[in-house]
Amino acid sequence: MTEPKSDWDRPYDVRARPMFAMFGRNRDVFLKTWKVNFIPPIVEPVLYLLALGYGLGALIEEVNGMPYVVFIAPALITITMMQSAFFETTYSSYVRMFFQKTWDAVVATPLTIEDIMVAELLWAGVRSVIYSTIMATVVALFGLLSFPSALLIIPIAFLVGMVFAGLGLMASAKVPAIDSFSYVFYLFITPQFLFSGTFFPLEQLPDPIEHAALALPLTNAVILVRSASLGTTTGLELFAFVYLVVAAFVFCGLAVGWMKRRLID
Amino acid sequence: MAPDATARADTSNRPTDARDAVVVARGLTKRYGDFVAVDGIDLTIQRGTCFGLLGPNGAGKTTAIKTIQCVSPLTEGTLHVLGMDTRTERRHIKRLLGLVPQEDNLDPDFTVFKNLTTYARFFRIPRRTAHERADRLLHFVQLQEKRDAHIQQLSGGMKRRLVVARSLVNDPQLLILDEPTTGLDPQARHTIWDKIRALKREGKTVLLTTHYMDEAEMLCDRLVIIDKGRILEEGAPRELIRKHVGGQAMELVAGAERPETLDALAADLDARGVTYERLSDRLLAFGPNLNEIENELRTKHGLTETIERRATLEDVFLRLTGRALRD
Repeated sequence: MTEPKSDWDRPYDVRARPMFAMFGRNRDVFLKTWKVNFIPPIVEPVLYLLALGYGLGALIEEVNGMPYVVFIAPALITITMMQSAFFETTYSSYVRMFFQKTWDAVVATPLTIEDIMVAELLWAGVRSVIYSTIMATVVALFGLLSFPSALLIIPIAFLVGMVFAGLGLMASAKVPAIDSFSYVFYLFITPQFLFSGTFFPLEQLPDPIEHAALALPLTNAVILVRSASLGTTTGLELFAFVYLVVAAFVFCGLAVGWMKRRLID
Repeated sequence: MAPDATARADTSNRPTDARDAVVVARGLTKRYGDFVAVDGIDLTIQRGTCFGLLGPNGAGKTTAIKTIQCVSPLTEGTLHVLGMDTRTERRHIKRLLGLVPQEDNLDPDFTVFKNLTTYARFFRIPRRTAHERADRLLHFVQLQEKRDAHIQQLSGGMKRRLVVARSLVNDPQLLILDEPTTGLDPQARHTIWDKIRALKREGKTVLLTTHYMDEAEMLCDRLVIIDKGRILEEGAPRELIRKHVGGQAMELVAGAERPETLDALAADLDARGVTYERLSDRLLAFGPNLNEIENELRTKHGLTETIERRATLEDVFLRLTGRALRD
């Protein structure tokens, strides 16, 4: 008789879809406090657009042939995708894992650790869609988006959300304590926030830094979102899209693997 | 309960019938690097019984439970739960398990009722069934008035009862209770015991870990005492008490400032072939006929006090695992 292969080594099978119960749990918590949750993505773009777009922008003539406020509006939406997904799989997931022991409770049901991880990642991706869609609606009210191409922001938000959800969960699998996330944010999120073609064109940077910036996930996300928002093309979209799809799979895959190593003993 | 317990103990001495056994472990081993947490234990838990897993902190109880619960793979040996292999059928096994964990892990974002229905969704229980069951279980654990309360508003005992209700939401065949009454007041403990007995009457199989030996003695049909990952002893509680401490215990108190009296008393008991343990100010003697020598010992050694009591599972536990602190 041959030894049966162990469940723990078997590749993850998404067809059974058991992760949606966990996804539903996270969604229910979110909806319970929706009034609080929906305020930041509405207020934040208004503040940024007023301060940077119209305030600072008044001192800047034009960027790449467009008013400064038009240049930064898509970047603000993209930053929201990054932050909402990354925050979800760092602080929020860590609280569920470590303080609330929610995952311990769920893993005692037919769901496995992989199901829970996939649910956390998908939920972070959807959260990116929710936040950036609300934000894009506000930006559209300022007349800064070009339709119908701007509707592409919704699927892009999911893709970008999955990239940063994966990165966030990778961080959660490795940090020794929740305080460590502040380093991750300062060293990883803040540089991308500033140097990904968000508030000034990359061409302003010295060549080596410009090329390095092209390797950042947020840079590629901004390229896609800006083209969709303005209905223009730079010729970099295909590269950015492929980059993000590959990054999403690689980061999410690594995150699940690292988390299994942290949690299954 | 006594005749019942004996009858069950007898049936479990039969050769293992795979259909009756809910948990069958053979050579169950779990290593973390060089550290051996569970060292080749054999376990058989019969259907409809309450089985105790006892041991000091770090003995390997929680590790053993995690393997039975299918959240931690074993390093060696075989482990079947409800007739299924834990290595290959963990989803099916987990569908039929209920767990009351050591630490409360209720969802603080949900109400009492929503905690149960959310948990039911993990088992794919249809919504209507889940709602009916949640209400019935809240009634069972006497929390129906708290149905719409938030978790933060519950006392420790109420949270515990809710966790018990949650563990029953999938109508499990095996219920794993990991220190279910730790930190509870006497009223809450007695309520939990009452519920466990009710579940046993319904025919549920229960696996219990606890540090309270009175609890184990009262609830368990059979139990194992494990230490350093190995089984030290297995049997029915009364059987173990009879075997190791003879049914009666007597505390012979001399006072802490008189070690020489304790020395003499110890020598005396050695000569009489009485088993005993030495504490700081007294000897704890075990045996069937201690009251016959009680007065003689008292006058001969000038003892300040003698306390006769029933020997308990705690005496057995301490004799087998020693009195040294574990952490």
